[in-house]
Formats: sequence, C-alpha cells, structure tokens
Amino acid sequence: MKARTFEQGIHPRYNKELTAGKAFKLASQPEEVIIPLQQHIGAPAKPLVKKGDIVNLGQKIGQATGFVSADIHASVSGEVLAVEKVNGSLSVKIKNDFEDRQDESIKAKGDLKDLSAEELKDIVKEAGIVGMGGATFPTHVKVSIPEGKNVDKVILNGAECEPYLTVDHRTMVEQAEKVIYGLQALMKMVDAKEGYIGVEVNKPDAIKSMQQAIKAEDKISVVPLEVKYPQGGEKQLIKAILDQEVPSGGLPLDVGVVVNNIGTAVAITDAIQVGMPLVERTVTVTGAVKNPQNLIFRIGTPLSQLIEESGGFIGTPGKVILGGPMMGQAQSNLDLPATKGTSGILVLSKDELGAYPEAGPCIRCARCVDACPAKLLPTALVNLTKADMNLKLQDYHVLDCIECGSCTYVCPANIEILQWVKLGKENLQAELRKSE
Amino acid sequence: MSNRTQLTVSPGPHVRSKESTSNIMFNVVLALLPTTLTAIYYFGSSALMLIIACSITAVATEALFQKLRGIPVTIGDFSALVTGLLLALTLPPELPIWMAIVGSIIAIALGKQVFGGLGYNFFNPALVGRAFLLASFPVAMTTWKLIDVTSSATPLGADNPTAIALKDLFLGRVGGSLGETSAVAIILGGLYLLYKGYIDWRVPAGYLGTVAVLTTFVGKGGPIFHLLAGGLMLGAFFMATDMVTTPVTKKGRWIFGIGCGILLVIIRVYGGLPEGVLYSILLMNMFVPIIDKYTLPRAFGEVKING
Repeated sequence: MKARTFEQGIHPRYNKELTAGKAFKLASQPEEVIIPLQQHIGAPAKPLVKKGDIVNLGQKIGQATGFVSADIHASVSGEVLAVEKVNGSLSVKIKNDFEDRQDESIKAKGDLKDLSAEELKDIVKEAGIVGMGGATFPTHVKVSIPEGKNVDKVILNGAECEPYLTVDHRTMVEQAEKVIYGLQALMKMVDAKEGYIGVEVNKPDAIKSMQQAIKAEDKISVVPLEVKYPQGGEKQLIKAILDQEVPSGGLPLDVGVVVNNIGTAVAITDAIQVGMPLVERTVTVTGAVKNPQNLIFRIGTPLSQLIEESGGFIGTPGKVILGGPMMGQAQSNLDLPATKGTSGILVLSKDELGAYPEAGPCIRCARCVDACPAKLLPTALVNLTKADMNLKLQDYHVLDCIECGSCTYVCPANIEILQWVKLGKENLQAELRKSE
Repeated sequence: MSNRTQLTVSPGPHVRSKESTSNIMFNVVLALLPTTLTAIYYFGSSALMLIIACSITAVATEALFQKLRGIPVTIGDFSALVTGLLLALTLPPELPIWMAIVGSIIAIALGKQVFGGLGYNFFNPALVGRAFLLASFPVAMTTWKLIDVTSSATPLGADNPTAIALKDLFLGRVGGSLGETSAVAIILGGLYLLYKGYIDWRVPAGYLGTVAVLTTFVGKGGPIFHLLAGGLMLGAFFMATDMVTTPVTKKGRWIFGIGCGILLVIIRVYGGLPEGVLYSILLMNMFVPIIDKYTLPRAFGEVKING
C-alpha cells in the first residue's frame, strides 16, 4: 500500500531513534504533585478541595466550569498542602503518601456494547479527558456533535510528525488493543461507521501492531502515511486519509470527521475498563539527556524530576521544550509540573542551540511558499503585517494558518515568519471585532 | 535543579533548516564557474580583468553604501559578488575596464542599494548595470571580437544568422559577451541550481519554451539558433531566475517566464535592437508585484462552507 500524504510540508530531522525502541517505564512518583486547575483549552476548573483535605487517587479535585472545560483529578493519594497560584495558574499541591489509595468512584464502567453513546460521553467528561497530542481540547466537547452535523468517520492520529516524540509510536506498539477499544468507543459516541488510524511509515512496527489488532475488525483500517511534517495536523491528516479538504474556517466536522490522538483513545479505554480518570500520561524525555526514554508519569510531577529520572542533562542545557521542537513551548522554570498536555520534554543543549540567528532581509526565495501546508504566501503575510494592512490579510487567508512553523523552519534569512503571521492574525481579528 | 536562569525561552519552531542566504548566493557563484572559466578560456586576460574588476567593484560599492547608510555591512552574503560576476558575463571582452567599473557601481548603487539593498530591489541589479552601459557607451558595448577571426557583430546582428554553425554556438566558439559564448557551460550551471533547488524550473522552461515555439514561426534562424544565440541561456538560467526580482508563486513564475519569452521574440524579430534578453527581463521585473497579487494559490480548503 502506497503511503498517503498532503501537499507541500517539510522534512526536518526526526531524531526519533533516541527513544523509538524504548518501551514505556513507570516514572517514580514524586513527593509532591502540583496539579493546575487549567490543563486544557477553555475555562479553568473550580477547586473542590482545600488545604488539609486528604484525597484519594483518582478523586475529583477540580470541577469543570462551563461546557468547554475539564474535570481535574488527584494523581496521587495524600494531603492537600495548598490550593494556590503556581506560575499564575491556580493549582492544587498534594503531599504524596505513596499509598495509592484509590477513590471509591473508580470502578469499571461495563461492557462497551452495553453503554450508550450518552453514557460514554459522560464517562469521558467525568474522566477529565482532553486531547493528548498537546492541544488539550476537552474530548467530551469534541464528540458532542452539534445539531445538523453528521459524523461518519473517526480518525486516530498516529502520525506523530513532531520530531523526537515517540509516545504515540510506543503506545501503538505496546497497547494496540487499548487503542482499538478507545477508537471503537469514540466511533460509538459519534455514531461513526468507519474508523481510521493514520501512521507514518517510519513506524513499521506500529503499523504492523495495529494491523494485527484490527484483524477481526471490518470497520477500521490502518493507513500508512508518508513521513512529512505536519502530517499530524488534523486537516493534513484528513486530506491524506480521505482526500478531503476541511473548508477554510471550518472544522473536521464539516467533512463528517472527528480526529483524535492515539493517547486520547487509550485514556478513554482506561476510563471505561478501569474507571480511572486521566491521572497519568506518557511522555518522551529526550534530546540532551543522558538516558532518553518514554515514561508514564503522574500528572503534576515536576519537570525537573522527569529530567533527573532520564539521567539529567548532557552538558549545559540551552532550552527545555514541552512538546516537540516544531510547535512545543520553551520552558524556563523546571519546578513546574508536567500536565495532561505534556507529550514531550525535549532538552536542546547550549551548544546545539548556538547563537540566536539574526534575521536578514527576505530574498523572496519562496521556500516558505513551497513549504506551507495551508498553501498560503507566508512572505506576503509578513509584509502585510509589517505594513499594518490588516484587512488585506484576509484576502491572503491568514486565518487559515495552522501555525505549524514550517515557514520559519525553512527560511534562509532566519525571519520569524510564524511570529509575524500570528501577530497579523491577532491584528486582523481585532480589526474585525472593531468593525462589527 | 536551579537551571532556570540559564534556559533560553523563545518562540518555536526550535529547530531550523541549515539553509542560509549566503549559502544560496555562494551556490549561484559556484554555478557560474563553468561559464566564467569558459569565458576566460576563450577571451583570455581581457575577460579575467573584466570579471575581477566588476566583482571587486560590486562588493566594494555594496560595502561603501552600507557604511554610508549606517547599517551592517553584509558583503559576506555573496549577493554583491553574484551581481558583479553576472554583469561581467554580459559585457563584451574588449570593453575598457573603467566602463565596466562604472557599470558595476551603477548595478549595485542604482540597481540595488537605493531600493534598500538585498531583497528590496525591483530590477535585476546586473541588468540595470548593463542597461546603463548600453545607453551610455553603445559603441563599446556592441563591438565584438570573434574568437579566431577579426571583429564582427554578434551572431544575432549578422545578415544571415544561419551561416553561424549551431555547433559553435553550443560550444562557445562564437563572438559575443563573456558569458554568452557557451550554452553548454551555462546549462551545466543551471542544472546544478535546479538540482539544488535554488531556481524554479518553471522560469527557464517558460522562457526558453516560449522562444522556441514563437521562433519556429517568426524571425530568421529558427528555434535552435535563437535558443543558443545571444544571452538567452544566461538570462534564462541566471537572471530571470533571480529570487528577489521574480514572482514567488508557481503560476506567477510560468507567467514571468512566458512573458520574458514573448518580449524577447518581439524585440529580436521586430525591434531595433539585436538582443532582447536584457529588456525582456527588466520589463517583466516591473510586473512581478502584480503577477504575485493575481496568482495567489488556492489556499487549503478554500471553498465556501456548504457552498
């Protein structure tokens, strides 16, 4: 079967060999977890506990506020030390008693075929599950299909196109059954007839493992994808697998598709089969660390501990990135916790970082134009933004930018194209609000 | 672990390709080597002197202008060297050195720096320099020394163009400007740039293709003669492909190349000038902003919802 893909995109160095062959290890539990009440896109959860409370593993400690929000659960058992702002975000600090005393609410929810779509959505909501690829959009919102829309396909995103990261890869190799079970649950939730799992061909063992797991399934197919960034962007994924384009300004729903991450599917499976809410997740700790590896950690474990657990830094660290090197966020404070959205902790050493590149003039080489997966003219967007021609940006479809950073990656003049484009988007949106 | 003060925080992407402006420009210089060496081989020291004079002058002019403007001197990006070298390759071998120096100053000063330097110029700087020289010193600029005969006109100026063996045009055994002589050397460099992805095949394909098709029907000499004669090959592979002064869209590059081809044939066949490469490209340079504007690619998902 020929690997499928979208048009344009880039080929960064993947560097996945550091951890691709390493099975998940359980990270040791921390003495103390810091659990932010906002680990998702949407409104922060409201704390349900106070200082001095004794909490159990899996106990709900934060209640979602509003529809686009997510519940938060204790990832260890122990005593609440404080409910306070940590780095600007209200968080629950729990002193771990290392007893892993499970909350009584935790029990298996029954057989998939006996659960209705509504019950399944409730389970997902109660488990505080969010998109685990890094976007952290609440999953129960994603599977609530608005009136008038019809979804007939669910795609699981196993492309894992960000360089360095290997958690989805390992999950597909080690937990294929759980992935399929989660996909079936998702299909039931949105009443979809077909399921797809897109996997880049640089993960042959994952493709094989998934194909093995779907042998008895006739509604689910595994689709090998070309190795190219950003193959895991949901619009790019839909284009590759179904050859359909999500209309400009639209959502996958508009072409009858819901896209979810591999890790999200497994979290759903755990919520149904065990009843355990989202209290742990997988992370690739990699780059300039002595022992790069894939870990399963309790939500709220300090970043520093996960780095220590991976042997500590090699040389002087220059940058610590949460997520992958293309779309991840640089972090300066390693006392902060790893959360529901932390799919990677990538350390770049001071040496490989080098001097921050000085931007030169655009020589109109059009590498950004050729790379852009949204088929925009990034160089023109930069010029329009600089010239403050914000409404004009609309003619150039600036809002269709998916912020993948391919333009900045290829720019020979080191121009921070993506930053300019993001600014242009904000300026345009502000202008549009004004004229409303 | 108290490393927090030492960690860099900057926006992504956190990895970048190794490509750089200076590397691209350096590769253009490399690609011009076969043509440069051929010129020196055929025309000897006079060619060598012109090449050195133009190159040094271009780089020095760039540095001087940047000093005067109080901005960082960026001659290390090789772009001025490319301009100087290209200009030299469009000059007749017997041109007095001082004229070449004047042309090179104009190329950088008027062709590039007055617009704001690299990336901001509308016209190909080397061609601006050549246009200036052609207007100022028309006789010196159109006197050619034939390789083993005495002086004569460029093949395009000959009464009976077909009398010149196509093989000689191909290999370079004809009179003409330094870089016009050998099509083989130019194509070699052009293929290298295509292979490295530094030029878009659509431009030379559109340019050369249009000339080939049109000269099948109009003018004397036929398509192969017109493709090989004059500065067309050099223009198609090294000047019409200049990143700064050509469209960024793929459709735009087709239009640019085809437009150059049409203009070239009009000038060569119906115009008063023997050569049309220079003005065909300079004229099309002016259309670049408008071409880009009207050839916006269809954005991903660009349809009306439910439309």
